[in-house]
Amino acid sequence: MDFFHALADPDNTFLRLALAVGLLSSIAFGIIGTYVVTRRISYLAGAVSHCVLGGIGGALWLKAIFNIEWLDPVYGALLAALIAAFIVGRFGHNTGQREETMIGATWAIGMALGIIFIDLTPGYFDITSYLFGDILLVSSQDLKLIIALDLIIILFVTSCYHQLLAVCFDEEFARLRGLNVELFYQLLLALTAVTVVLLIRVVGIVMVVAMLTLPAAAASLYANRLSGMMLLAIFLSAISIVSGLGLSYNANLSSGPVIILFAGAFYLLMAGWKKIKQ
Amino acid sequence: MNRKPPIIKITNLDFSYHEHPVLETVNLEIQEGELGSIIGPNGGGKTTLLKLILGLLQPDRGRIEIFGESPEKGRQKIGYMPQHAHLDHLFPVSVLNVVLMGQLGKQSGGLFGGYPRHALETARAALNEVGLSDCEKDSFHQLSGGQRQRVLIARALCTEPQLLLLDEPTANIDPRSEENLYETLVRLNRRMTILLVSHDLGFVSQVVKSVICVNRQVIIHPTSNINGTLIKEIYGGDFNLVRHDHRCDKDGHHLHKPAV
Repeated sequence: MDFFHALADPDNTFLRLALAVGLLSSIAFGIIGTYVVTRRISYLAGAVSHCVLGGIGGALWLKAIFNIEWLDPVYGALLAALIAAFIVGRFGHNTGQREETMIGATWAIGMALGIIFIDLTPGYFDITSYLFGDILLVSSQDLKLIIALDLIIILFVTSCYHQLLAVCFDEEFARLRGLNVELFYQLLLALTAVTVVLLIRVVGIVMVVAMLTLPAAAASLYANRLSGMMLLAIFLSAISIVSGLGLSYNANLSSGPVIILFAGAFYLLMAGWKKIKQ
Repeated sequence: MNRKPPIIKITNLDFSYHEHPVLETVNLEIQEGELGSIIGPNGGGKTTLLKLILGLLQPDRGRIEIFGESPEKGRQKIGYMPQHAHLDHLFPVSVLNVVLMGQLGKQSGGLFGGYPRHALETARAALNEVGLSDCEKDSFHQLSGGQRQRVLIARALCTEPQLLLLDEPTANIDPRSEENLYETLVRLNRRMTILLVSHDLGFVSQVVKSVICVNRQVIIHPTSNINGTLIKEIYGGDFNLVRHDHRCDKDGHHLHKPAV
């Protein structure tokens, strides 16, 4: 119960902030995760998230070499994620190329570039918090960005629910009905990219895809509607983050991995329960 | 004679995949009111022909006119039913929402927003047409293969088409569903033109008015001309013909209805 006492302590603003960020990021994880799982683009989301390191490294290097004060790594991360999303969306899908080769190449090149840039940047820089996340380091700026992201996602999904449903369910039919399938696909990837960047704070580059897929995949085992799958995924994501944050605080463990283990455990339990019932 | 212009007109069409010819010098006209079946061996070009008609593939040479327009424009009047096997069977979606997809693109904006006002009535009428009115709230993934196929026919009908294009509607369905499907198609044919891809020649020759044979070349035959020699020409090669009339009436078999 230490965690709940600590939450109530007026000095622990950072903990309440972490909890708020965690709960709010569940909305983005649940909704975008539902599309990532049903549209089967989790490998693609993985490539985007690893390319983020390239952007972070590039931004740090530019900032140090050219003394650009305002250049926060998050801008580099956003740019790299959007470029990666465009590349894998344009070439990693139905183009007759070997898609997984394309995706794998983007994944590795993005990450390698990031590490080289960080090597070239003068001074010591610890990338652990980017790789594995540290929700206790979030700022009130992060909170505002995540609220904005949630609002954009909710607006997009409610205004284009039927179109997105059709594009994910049967792309060919949607195209025949005159929908701009490529545009929706690219928009979805761009939103996935922004989600990945903002949520790297919570679980890190390496594990962010797990948070996009595990809650949604567990939800898909029981949901009969896309909207129901989203709500259940948001709920599962929220309890994974709250439990993970609590346990990691009490046991003094890294928060990202503990959150992922909770999400993985919920997935296995729900999959197992479904098997037993059948 | 004052014949109406054909709803599908293909002239001198060639199509190849990676320089491998699939269709050669195809000429085809489909008149309004036709109930035709596209048959031919696997790899003969049946699905390619459908995709060319739908404008999903571009011919190397030749012209395709659908309702006197390019396939990209004309396809708005086509209700297309793909094979359901390529869809994700775990996708969480209700039967009604699948059928409603037929109304997509009918909104003024197209990009945003919900369905037009009468979409729900159109979708329910389409479900009623295929006998699945009671299933509108069910999940697509809980249905049997035959029911899914009918939902996809309802979705095609929900586009309010003048031409219905069905890719293998008889694949993976039991004989009773096949019988239902046949009755549905005959009823629908009174108000729209229908083309379907089928493997089952027996099924086909009972219902359809003409057979479109696709094996690199495309030849159209009235069904009364179907016989063993013709089938040999289409499928090219030796095989046994099994006579399997679906029904016998009191006068016995008057038509020889072979199947492959």
